[in-house]
Amino acid sequence: MASPGKSAAVKAPEPPAELVRESLVLNNRSLGWITNAIAGVCEKPMPMWWWPAFIVSVGGMLTMFSLIAYLVSTGVGVWGLNHPAAWAWDITNFVFWIGIGHAGTLISAVLFLLRQKWRTSVNRAAEAMTIFAVACAGIFPVFHTGRVWFALLPGYLFPAPNANEIWPQFRSPLLWDVFAVSTYGTVSLLFWYVGLIPDLATLRDRSKGVMRRFFYGLFSLGWTGSNRHWSNYEKAYLLLAGLSTPLVLSVHSIVSFDFAVSVIPGWHTTIFPPYFVAGAIFSGFGMVLTLLIPLRSLFKLEDIVTLRHVDLMCKVLLATGSIVGYAYGMEFFIAWYGGSPYELYAFKNRAFGPYWWSYWAMISCNVISPHFFWFKKLRTSVVFVWIVSIFVNIGMWFERFVIIVTSLHRDYLPSSWGYFTPSWVDIMTFVGSFGLFMTLFLLFIRFLPVIAISEVKGVTPQADPHHPLGGAKGHH
Amino acid sequence: MNSNRSKPHGLLAEFHTAADIFEAAMRCRDAGFTQWDVYTPFPIHGMDEAMGLRKSPVGWFTFCGGFTGFFTGMTMIWYMNKFDYPLVVGGKPLFTPLYAFPVSYEMTILLSAFGTLFGMFFLNQLPKFYNPLFKNERFKKSTDDRFFLCIEATDPKFGMDATRTFLTEKCHAAVVELVED
Repeated sequence: MASPGKSAAVKAPEPPAELVRESLVLNNRSLGWITNAIAGVCEKPMPMWWWPAFIVSVGGMLTMFSLIAYLVSTGVGVWGLNHPAAWAWDITNFVFWIGIGHAGTLISAVLFLLRQKWRTSVNRAAEAMTIFAVACAGIFPVFHTGRVWFALLPGYLFPAPNANEIWPQFRSPLLWDVFAVSTYGTVSLLFWYVGLIPDLATLRDRSKGVMRRFFYGLFSLGWTGSNRHWSNYEKAYLLLAGLSTPLVLSVHSIVSFDFAVSVIPGWHTTIFPPYFVAGAIFSGFGMVLTLLIPLRSLFKLEDIVTLRHVDLMCKVLLATGSIVGYAYGMEFFIAWYGGSPYELYAFKNRAFGPYWWSYWAMISCNVISPHFFWFKKLRTSVVFVWIVSIFVNIGMWFERFVIIVTSLHRDYLPSSWGYFTPSWVDIMTFVGSFGLFMTLFLLFIRFLPVIAISEVKGVTPQADPHHPLGGAKGHH
Repeated sequence: MNSNRSKPHGLLAEFHTAADIFEAAMRCRDAGFTQWDVYTPFPIHGMDEAMGLRKSPVGWFTFCGGFTGFFTGMTMIWYMNKFDYPLVVGGKPLFTPLYAFPVSYEMTILLSAFGTLFGMFFLNQLPKFYNPLFKNERFKKSTDDRFFLCIEATDPKFGMDATRTFLTEKCHAAVVELVED
């Protein structure tokens, strides 16, 4: 069939059957099918469920913004914060949301560097989740200051002198956090946008409406798919992945410094940075699964986001969940072995003190639930995985609550002990932040490709000119 | 689109598979063309070698960004907390690179990322909203499932008939002429 010196020189021989890897896109789909399936999602009118979901989400978002206006106009006293527990739901929510974001960066950057090609089917949605989660996260530390203008004005967060010509204090991990989180949000957005450029060009070339053609054309910057461009583009993408990897590890490490650099019992431990990073990835993968399992079936994308993807993400949950469980155990061990009575008390108080219920909610969600995923049957049962992913989200919220509130409410002096109860404003602001998150995510589904079209094409067998299927066209 | 009055931009050849355009690119490289490019819906592995491209220099922009970021961070903190308004906190040193490190580290990454992005835009001359290629309706498939190769008329080896023959007979492609306004 192949004439010598032509095709034979280029094509690799067909590998033996046992070495053939399962294709990432099922049913040997053609490149055109991939374009239609993914671009079709945001080109067709949204299905019926989208509108009620959107209205409820916008309602939640507006609730949150109203309550923030109430907080700013009245004072932080509208939250349940009190003297020993000056941080509670606000910082819990901040760490919760920022942790969610970490899975997106792990998928987009770390798995890219590790050449895990399966990431291409899930990275776009996961990166979108990262950016929206960081947006939700940023709200809490900004508004927990109450009189926000003092925080945002020079001298506290931004490197400019305040009214007394004093500059911000850079020995404080709280200021490190400002730089870490704002860098994280910015770089995640840049990385996401770079990935979107070729797909926006696809949408530009397919769009019929004037508005769509204009906006997709504007944001795709005149992309042509030129290989001279791809060459620089791929290098830039690799570099951004290489930059995002140390970034994502540093962000949650610095978030943990907010606690670990203080002297509060239960916070002042060296295990915090790795423990926080593992927990962040664990919670983020929980959220990725919570979002993608319904998405793949509602938009019939099962050939692209396959059961294998769900299976692999469950394995990540199992690995990071085990690290988190180990960290819980190690914290207790060091509290005893370290010989500090305050530290030991803080941990006994976590498990058996007035907040025992939050501790055991955390343990049952985070330590027990990932271990179902030792079994392949459970890893590939999407309904089961979806339910467990919800428990992971709940458990990781409780983890941050346990760390923050149980340590603060009883520190060194029993005379200053207290108890924190959330106010209705606390609760509804947190619920409303899900409204903001879902509003942004639903708009993302409505207007942007939910899966990286060009990247998925790039991992199909027919994309590789040396593959035996390099000339194949696939099925429509 | 009157090709008699318009200046020719080049010849556009269309291919159906990645393997076909890969071979055509190698033939173009070996034929000594310089002003040409391939347009594909995704980056094809090995195409840079097939086209004979040099390694992408984006990394230099990243490095310059990162270098600037790190030293801006360190200098800023030294200036603010030691030089301009010495701030004593907990009896700790007014400046050491240790406490300045986390912020400088984040600034390194931030400016590296901006350097990478804008370096890539600069090298690719993006945004560029006018392109003679966009006038061809079939070229819209280049972001879907077709592969295109364009040899531009500015290439010293370009000859309308000779190049057309080269593309149709050596590369087995359907060829159309592109014009500029």
